[in-house]
Amino acid sequence: MIKLNAASVSYKGKTALSNITLDIQAGQKLALVGHSGSGKSSLLKLLYDKQEQSAKNTALIPQEYGLVQNLSVFHNVYMGQLGRHPAWYNLLNLIKPLAKPIAQVSDILQSVKISDKLFEPVAQLSGGQQQRTAIARALMHSGDILLADEPVSSLDESQSQLVMKLLCSQFETIIFSLHDVDLALKFCDRVIGLDHGQVIINANTESLNRTELLKLYGK
Amino acid sequence: MASNLYIYRHSQRWYVSWLFVFIAIACIPFADLNISTYDPLAEIGRLFSGLLQPSFSGIADPFDAILQTISFALLGVALGSLTGFFLALIFHLRIVQIFCALLRSVHELFWALIFLQIFGLHPITGLLALATPYAATFAKVYAEIIEEGDHPAYEVIHKHSGFISTFFYARLPDLWPHFVTYTSYRLECGLRSSAVLGFVGLPTLGFYLNTAFLEGEYSQVWALLIFFYILIASIRYWVRPKLLPIYLLIAPFIIANNSTISFNNVTRFFTQDIIPSPVRNGESPTVLLQWFSDLFLNEALPGIINTLLLTQAALVMTGIVALLWLPFISNLFFKRFGRTVGHGFLVVVRSTPEYILAFILLTLWGPSMLPAAVALTLHNGAIIAHLMGRYSNDIALRQDKCSGLNLYFFEVLPRIYGQFLAFLFYRWEIIMRETAILGILGIATLGFYIDSAISDIRLDKAMILITITAILNVCVDSLSRYIRSKLKLKTTVECT
Repeated sequence: MIKLNAASVSYKGKTALSNITLDIQAGQKLALVGHSGSGKSSLLKLLYDKQEQSAKNTALIPQEYGLVQNLSVFHNVYMGQLGRHPAWYNLLNLIKPLAKPIAQVSDILQSVKISDKLFEPVAQLSGGQQQRTAIARALMHSGDILLADEPVSSLDESQSQLVMKLLCSQFETIIFSLHDVDLALKFCDRVIGLDHGQVIINANTESLNRTELLKLYGK
Repeated sequence: MASNLYIYRHSQRWYVSWLFVFIAIACIPFADLNISTYDPLAEIGRLFSGLLQPSFSGIADPFDAILQTISFALLGVALGSLTGFFLALIFHLRIVQIFCALLRSVHELFWALIFLQIFGLHPITGLLALATPYAATFAKVYAEIIEEGDHPAYEVIHKHSGFISTFFYARLPDLWPHFVTYTSYRLECGLRSSAVLGFVGLPTLGFYLNTAFLEGEYSQVWALLIFFYILIASIRYWVRPKLLPIYLLIAPFIIANNSTISFNNVTRFFTQDIIPSPVRNGESPTVLLQWFSDLFLNEALPGIINTLLLTQAALVMTGIVALLWLPFISNLFFKRFGRTVGHGFLVVVRSTPEYILAFILLTLWGPSMLPAAVALTLHNGAIIAHLMGRYSNDIALRQDKCSGLNLYFFEVLPRIYGQFLAFLFYRWEIIMRETAILGILGIATLGFYIDSAISDIRLDKAMILITITAILNVCVDSLSRYIRSKLKLKTTVECT
């Protein structure tokens, strides 16, 4: 589905990724693990650009959420579908929320348990609620593949489990960037460990154990 | 269904915006928007054919006009900045704030008209016309800069050092860059103001522009305007901290002329000219009351109504134009080449003072509110579009952002709308001041009645009308501040 062949990336003279070779199959749930600065976000960015070139329908949950603070939760979630409607319909819905999108968005918000915030401006939400808004936007977007950068970093244990399960059921192929090794082992079928911009682990989940992965974090 | 439980509510900003739009629409039927020239298109054609062959031939001394414009601007801004600085140090006094608000609310052209009566064509007229309102503006902004600056060092030393030493050691060094940025920005405004003062008789660019226009010499008009654009665009190359003292030493010799100040005139102005005529002639209070009510009903009131109509219409049109133009210089919408063209366009439109724009359009379309409204819209719209376009470049968008109209309305507009309203409301009072001034060109706003009163040598009436204009400005300024604080809008000092 996505192939990288000896890819390297550098920003302002500093190497972020070097010599990455990857082959991601459709239907896989993949976890990128590694400490901060190991290159997870850079690799996700690269994969997104690569994927967009091949004109696939890709959903994205960026690390900083990418929400519009002055718009309501409803509008932020609806933005996942802008590309599927004519501009006049989008503008109409921006001015006066329409019944059909409201129903759709409400359903999604229910699944991430923030349906009571439907028309609240995002600026007034807590960090965890904002993160779930970004997740809801990706669910609204739907598509063949999801790229999610630390999608549960601001959520508590039970919410994290719920969201991971939900995402895995809604998207066929997913590439997560994850801090939490246990979540990676539980929900993904393949793990890629990164360190200093290089792939140091690339294996199926069954062949890995927790202590081995924790070494990546120096624990 | 869950959705029925919730009702979508628009923000306060939404309702306030529409309120202003509806007020502007309601103003239109009452505004005079006719085109009265016989063949406006042919006139536009003649104007632009002048652009093809700009020429200084026929202008006695174009370089002197430029030097005069620069000298008046430098000296006026320098004097204003120095006075403003000292006023800023005592700006916490309520009386100073009110005094500055009143000085600021009178446009430099009105100040020029007043000082012309006192000092005639002596250079001090132009100098004070610029320095007076500028000092008041500098006082306010400098005071804001002083107030907002951090002062950790100040806390440490102010108890055992004198005020002067503390200020120069612990405060000024950190504030200095802000003062410099704002003052150099105002120098650009000063150049525009200085050029426009020529329209009331000072020997700056406006004087020659006025003559060239009246004689239909459009190739001269363009030569002068292009020269002016180059002057403004190159400002950072010729205004250098090291050169400024030299400029300031030479400038007085350039603006010097043969006219002398007649002290009889000065005394007469204060003791006779501006005293309401019934008082001067020792008539009864009833006559004075009648005099005042005549003035109010026949001149002030229609002037106020027209000024308000034009201001409200121009304010909303400015907003619309700014929102339409800001993508032209935003890297979210245009590539480098497109943005360069956009920048060029906005620079030209916003460097042309609205007074000159209105003057041009008035020659083309004849006297009505239309040219004034368009001039105000273009000039102010370009300024806000420039500020907002720059602001939009700082937005960090997610990687999977949409494009085109969706990008504009969903990602960009909601993020910048608060800042946009802040800038627009900030300019409300400025637009009103300009609207009043455009009356001098023959549009029936307050400036028209002031200018007529001065031409008829009824300075008593002119002074009262100028005071009314000032009060109106102060009212709009405080209303704008009230709305901005209600909507939690923040402005920075650069957008004055």
